[in-house]
Parts: sequence; structure tokens; C-alpha cells
Amino acid sequence: MAISPDEARRIGQLARLGLDEAAVGRLAGQLSDILGHFAALAAVATDGVEPTAHPLPLRNVMRADEVTPSLTREEALANAPEVEDGLIRVRAVLE
Amino acid sequence: MSELWRLSAHAAGEGLRAREFTAVELTESVLARVEAVEPRVNAYITRMDGIALEQAREADARFAAGTATPLTGIPFAVKDLIVTKGVRTTAGSRMLENFIPPYDSHVAAQLKRAGAVMVGKANMDEFAMGSSTEHSAFGPTANPWDTGRVPGGSSGGSAAAVAAGECLAALGSDTGGSIRQPAALCGVVGLDPTYGRVSRYGIVAFGSSLDQVGPIGRDVEDVAAILDGIGGHDPRDSTSDPAPSPDMRHYLGRDVRGMRLAAPREYFGDGIEPGVRARVEEALARLERLGCEVDTDLSLPMTEHALAVYYLIAPSEASSNLARYDGVKYGLSARGGSMWENMERTRAAGFGEEVKRRIMLGAYALSAGYYDQFYLKAQRVRTLIAREFRDAFARYDALVTPTAPTVAFPRGAKLDDPYAMYLNDALTLPASVAGLPALSLPCGLSEGLPVGLQIIGDVGAEGAILRIGHALERDLGQANRLAPLP
Repeated sequence: MAISPDEARRIGQLARLGLDEAAVGRLAGQLSDILGHFAALAAVATDGVEPTAHPLPLRNVMRADEVTPSLTREEALANAPEVEDGLIRVRAVLE
Repeated sequence: MSELWRLSAHAAGEGLRAREFTAVELTESVLARVEAVEPRVNAYITRMDGIALEQAREADARFAAGTATPLTGIPFAVKDLIVTKGVRTTAGSRMLENFIPPYDSHVAAQLKRAGAVMVGKANMDEFAMGSSTEHSAFGPTANPWDTGRVPGGSSGGSAAAVAAGECLAALGSDTGGSIRQPAALCGVVGLDPTYGRVSRYGIVAFGSSLDQVGPIGRDVEDVAAILDGIGGHDPRDSTSDPAPSPDMRHYLGRDVRGMRLAAPREYFGDGIEPGVRARVEEALARLERLGCEVDTDLSLPMTEHALAVYYLIAPSEASSNLARYDGVKYGLSARGGSMWENMERTRAAGFGEEVKRRIMLGAYALSAGYYDQFYLKAQRVRTLIAREFRDAFARYDALVTPTAPTVAFPRGAKLDDPYAMYLNDALTLPASVAGLPALSLPCGLSEGLPVGLQIIGDVGAEGAILRIGHALERDLGQANRLAPLP
């Protein structure tokens, strides 16, 4: 299972990791090696086997729609890198 | 009285209740020990000396008022992905280097409610991704048994702090072995509870269907008492088990005669060091002498696939969970370019190499064209692994295996080979993907370094594995073992 540098570059862009070319080459090799060790998985018979998303048999856990105490606006914004008028300031999404 | 840091948590609790010493004296002893050994161990990212002494004074007030609990006054290390209100929580990452949480995680609140003392935030592999605590943005932690070796990971700071006397007990988190493997390598006791036993509210997320908080202590009684203090239903975590959590200490000190154990063959294969295998086999012989039935013929053929299943599912969940670190709401934020440039610069600078590797692996396994082949396939095989365990627990009360294939290895030995590092978790991953509880406890030394024995239980059966572990620990006569660190 080989991952080409082109594929590694594409995945790195999807994940917004800002990889440089050296990292792309290194990660392509390492990921190819890791996935190579996982090849035996393909041979396991799984026809008709349901996937497990998480181990507890819990479904649709709901809570009552009630107002409970929460963070103040100041607390919620205390870690934001840029705040203006009680709001998080962000770069324009559409230029 | 000068070396109170040597006590187990339950022995310290007895001393506190009997007024032989105060919580302030106990905490001062631990803080002096931290001061003495921390330059060699680096178990903590953030020390909390002032808060610890304040909490110790409050604990003494509770002893005076008669409102103390079993954890009151006990000095704890808390893994630095456990969110603590007003105290920096980094998850071992540059991304969160300056993050001061505005709220407490459920487990931090439970420790405070119980009157425990927090000594500091323990070092860890970045975002809990690693098996050696070398992937921390705040420098590696050393193994107190041999400071040239790793303590295991990712809860390496928590395990090393317990072994070095820099706390009496600790909280860690386990996704694929991150409590049990460092506990094994540092010669202490670690318990990964059943998935859903302990609330994940306020735990920095790695693999949400696998992450579980649990205790690390100097003996089995301590981890049982800590689980009693932190376990139970929390409505703020939708995967928290609503069933009541039983009193774990109730299972200790009981006879283990007639208990049915199996040592599955797949856990004793070629990758296991001879010294590790020998100590675990000796422990199995002890359990037989204590009256357990031990079957060494059981085969669990799905075991070999657990590593691939885990290293597809956990990175997939991580790639999704870590998408939140975008430099907008909190955490590191690189400024000066367009929105996309800022996001890429933030993530390039904030994440370390192993985190990037796992995000890549997960994003690949989830991407169009590979989802069925990798992620969905891993989820189906996950079902088969859980089913195989379920069938085994119809016949056995617990499974006994080595915790890790080797003793602690030298720092740097596996840093250049990610897959070799992943193999450290080969014996702890199967229970993780099935959501089962598993205990690691020391069962002797090999080459002068601790060997860990793992006891895996059925869903919700922490009581059974604590009962077996407690009986074995008594028989071995090695409770409360500290590392020989001067």
C-alpha cells in the first residue's frame, strides 16, 4: 500500500497541516510503511458484520431541554486570540 | 515523618485520619521530593505548589470537621489533558501552551469534591499520541528506574511521578494502552476502566470512542479507591454509562479460589522479551497456587488485527477531533495572512511530528475512495474482536497477559520508526478497541527493570480484575514499590 508524495500532499492540504516538501516526502514513506503492515486486515471475512462505532450499546442519549448555568461571555472569550465588542474576530472567509 | 512521600495513598489516609501527620505536612513532603528529583525526571509540565498547599489546608479542615473522604489530603498528579479551571492545560502541545481553561473537567471536579490535593499537571505525549512521552512539546519524561530510559506513554508523566514519589497517586488517560503501558514500564499499578465508566467531560479529545480516564497508583487498593472517587454517570458525557458504578474496594481481599483465568496464546508470541514472558508465567503459577484455574491453550485469533484496527480508528477520530485547532477560538494562533494561510500556519507550528502523522493517517483512512477499505473495514473487524472477547468471557472470569512486550527501552530507540513505536501497544490495544477494563500491575523485574502483568476483564467487571490483582499483589509481597531513585 504505497502513498505517493502527490497523495500525501493532497491529504496534508485537506487537513490544513501546512506541510513543506521535506515533510510530504517523509510522511509519504512512513504512511506507506504503516499501511503496509495493515494489509492482513483486508483478508478478514467481514461480510454481514455490523461496524462498531463505539463500544457501549447506547443510542440517542438525550437530555431535558432546560437552561443550566454556563460560562459567562468573558470566560468563553478569555482564550480567544482576537476579540472585539464581545465577539471573536476572524479573518474574512470570503475575500 | 520526613519521608511521607513514600506512603501509599491508603496508608497516608490512615495516618491523616489518625492525626499522625497533617495534609500540609504530607504535601510539603511531596513538594520537597518534587523539588529534589524533578530536574532528573521531568514528570510535570506545570507545578501547582501554591494551590496544593491551599488544598492541603482545606483538607486538614475537613479532617477536623469530620467530612474527609478516602482521597482527602492525598497529593495527586493529573495528566495535562485533564482540564483544570484556572490552571494551564496543554495536552503536551505547543497548540495549547497558553490555554487557561475556564471550567473543570468532571474528574478534576470529583478530585476537588473529595478533598484531594493537586501537585501538578503531568507530562504526556502530545495529545496522548505516543508510547514513550518523548512526543511532548515540553521535553521527555525520564523513567525513575533508569533515567536514560523512557517511562512509557502517553501517561508517562503520571506513571513516573507515582514511581518517583512526586505524588502518591495520579490520573492518566488510556486510548490504546496509555495508562497500562507506562504503569508497567514504571513498576506501578494502572487501571483502564470500562469505556463509559468515567466521564470524558473536560478531557482533551483524542479518539472519542476509545478515550478513558483512569487511576495510576502504588498498589491495587489505591487504584480501586481512586476509581470509586472518579467513576459514575455524568450527564455531560453522552457516552457515560448510566448504570451505577459498584464500590470497587468491596472486591479487595477476597479469595480467588475457583476463578477461571486464561492466558491467550497470541499474547505470548515472538515479540515478547524472554524476561517479560518468564515473570508473567511465574505470576500465572502463583495464581494457580492461589486456587485459580489457568487455561494456557485459549486462542484469540482476532488479536493480531487489533493493532491495524486501532491505528486506523484512533487516528481517524483524532483527525476529526483535532480539526478544532484552527487558531480562531482558543489556542495558538498564527496571524498575518488569509484565513486559510493562518489556519495552515497555526497547525504547522502548533502540532508536532507524531500528531501530524496521525492526522494524515486518519484523514487518509476517512477520505473518499479509502473509507470502505480502511475505516469501515476496521470498524467491522472491531466488532469481531469484541465478539471474540465476549465469547471468551462466557468461559473465563479474566484474561492474563503481559502488559507490554518489553521492559522500558532507551530514550530515542524507537523515535525514527513510528511502526516500531506502535508495536509497544500490541498487547493493550485489543481490550481498548473492545472497551474492556484492564489492570496492569508489577510482577517482578527483568534486567533490573519492572515487568507489568495485564488482567483484562469483561465489560463492567473491574471488580473481578481488581480482586485477582489484589490477591496476586499480596502473594508477590511487593505492594507500594517505589523506583530506586535517590
